[in-house]
Amino acid sequence: MSQERVSYLDNASYSPMDPRVLEAMLPFFKESYGNPSSPHAKGSEMKAALEGARSKVASLVGAERPAEIIFTSGATEGINTALRGVAARNRDRGNHIVASAIEHVSVRNVLKYLSKNGFEVTYVPVDSNGIVDVDAVRRAVTEKTVLVTVMYANNEVGTIQPIKEIAEIAHSKKAYFHTDATAAAGKIPIDVVREGIDLMTVSSGDMGGPYGVGALYVKRGTRMEPLIIGGGQEGGLRSGTENVAGIAGMGMAAELAKAEMEVEGRRLSEIRDGIISRVLKGIPHAFLNGHPTRRLPGNVNLRFSFIEGESLVLSLDMEGIEVSSGSACSSKTLEPSHVLIAMGIDHAEAQGSLLISLGRRTTKEDGIRLTDALPNIVKGLREMSPIAPPEVR
Amino acid sequence: MYSQKVMDHFRHPRNVGEIKDADGIGKVGNPVCGDLMWIFIKVKDNKLVDVKFKTFGCGAAIATSSMITEIAIGKTIEEALRITRQNVADALDGLPPIKMHCSNLAADGLKAAILDYMKKNNITPPDWVKIEPEHEEKCDV
Repeated sequence: MSQERVSYLDNASYSPMDPRVLEAMLPFFKESYGNPSSPHAKGSEMKAALEGARSKVASLVGAERPAEIIFTSGATEGINTALRGVAARNRDRGNHIVASAIEHVSVRNVLKYLSKNGFEVTYVPVDSNGIVDVDAVRRAVTEKTVLVTVMYANNEVGTIQPIKEIAEIAHSKKAYFHTDATAAAGKIPIDVVREGIDLMTVSSGDMGGPYGVGALYVKRGTRMEPLIIGGGQEGGLRSGTENVAGIAGMGMAAELAKAEMEVEGRRLSEIRDGIISRVLKGIPHAFLNGHPTRRLPGNVNLRFSFIEGESLVLSLDMEGIEVSSGSACSSKTLEPSHVLIAMGIDHAEAQGSLLISLGRRTTKEDGIRLTDALPNIVKGLREMSPIAPPEVR
Repeated sequence: MYSQKVMDHFRHPRNVGEIKDADGIGKVGNPVCGDLMWIFIKVKDNKLVDVKFKTFGCGAAIATSSMITEIAIGKTIEEALRITRQNVADALDGLPPIKMHCSNLAADGLKAAILDYMKKNNITPPDWVKIEPEHEEKCDV
């Protein structure tokens, strides 16, 4: 039943690139070329493009100096560089790391790796809205803590964390503070200086730029090792000839995100709140996962009792609506979302979760189309479900 | 990800529902793990004259439930007991590898329903039928 129009509401999985970003990149696939490290005119032209993009990313996150922005191949590399680089270089000061229980798998797996290599990791819990327990962070840090890492906003439930408070706690023990801002950067205002952030991972793809590019903010003076060693590009923290086309694209995405953040944030919040209120009003046994207000403008995470998320995703897909789910069957590991479990939602309930993520192309009509389709789909799956009580079928 | 046949059975599941005066009921899976399946059978002259299901689960769980009702209806008890998970997956033109185990419970569900019928009617199951614990406490992946 392929329909002509598709409502793509899965921007947290993949964000389509902004056409203006493509325009900014095209010259570097055609007439502009050269190595930014070369002293000649071609090289200088590339160097200028690289530094222009660096300034735009620095400006988006409030970095004092553009040189504090290191371009990477994406958020996964940024996270690896930050966590492994700080841990290795500060091993003489301690072997303890503090992280939230709801970090993205790319942080979790790096921490798992570090814990197999002599580090101890303390995971601090979150409340039922997905907000990190600040007092637990305070209790977790010790003189041996070298790094605290807490994501800026959660990619699944959209909850925005009390970053400044957590950074202060880290600093009180002379530990570095890293935040994975993959889901937040370009969506909500971030000021690394005011919030006391030492390291911050940013992805280009998640803010409308090309995938395969990212940035790591490293505050001047941070003691860390590079992950990728070679010709000494990016201040020695990330060697390899730079991907100038991709970086120029990321620069444009950062510039657009900054310029349009306020208007776009308001627009998406309205669509978001409309979806949430129509679903909670119209469908029994439907719940919102995450904080009602302290959440990313484009994030809606709902759960429906008695049914399973992947079958919801497939049913919506048949209506031309593309979303995702935190159910076990939707994951590679066959485990339900660790974020929902950390928030105290029981396993069976977590199976019925639906992640709806809005983006630049999302319209109010997409939201209405979703909430028009959902009641019948939920009802149909509940009619088939052995655990649904008779009154909801 | 899924074959056209899986999507067809997901979209138009066959024989959904309960049989009020079922001769046997099989309950397999666990909602904590993401799949729960109830299979109802009606038996006449040693043949399955009706099979219905109710399932909580993903696309594969629903499609395998639907498919097994189609395969089983009209078969003798002995024939139905020989239906394997692989038979169900093959009839659906295959399942993604990750779904072969977790969501492919329908053959177990049908077997459980037939064993329930046999128990109620004091029929001894053939000795080649393996009796497994009827409920999974832990998610088996």
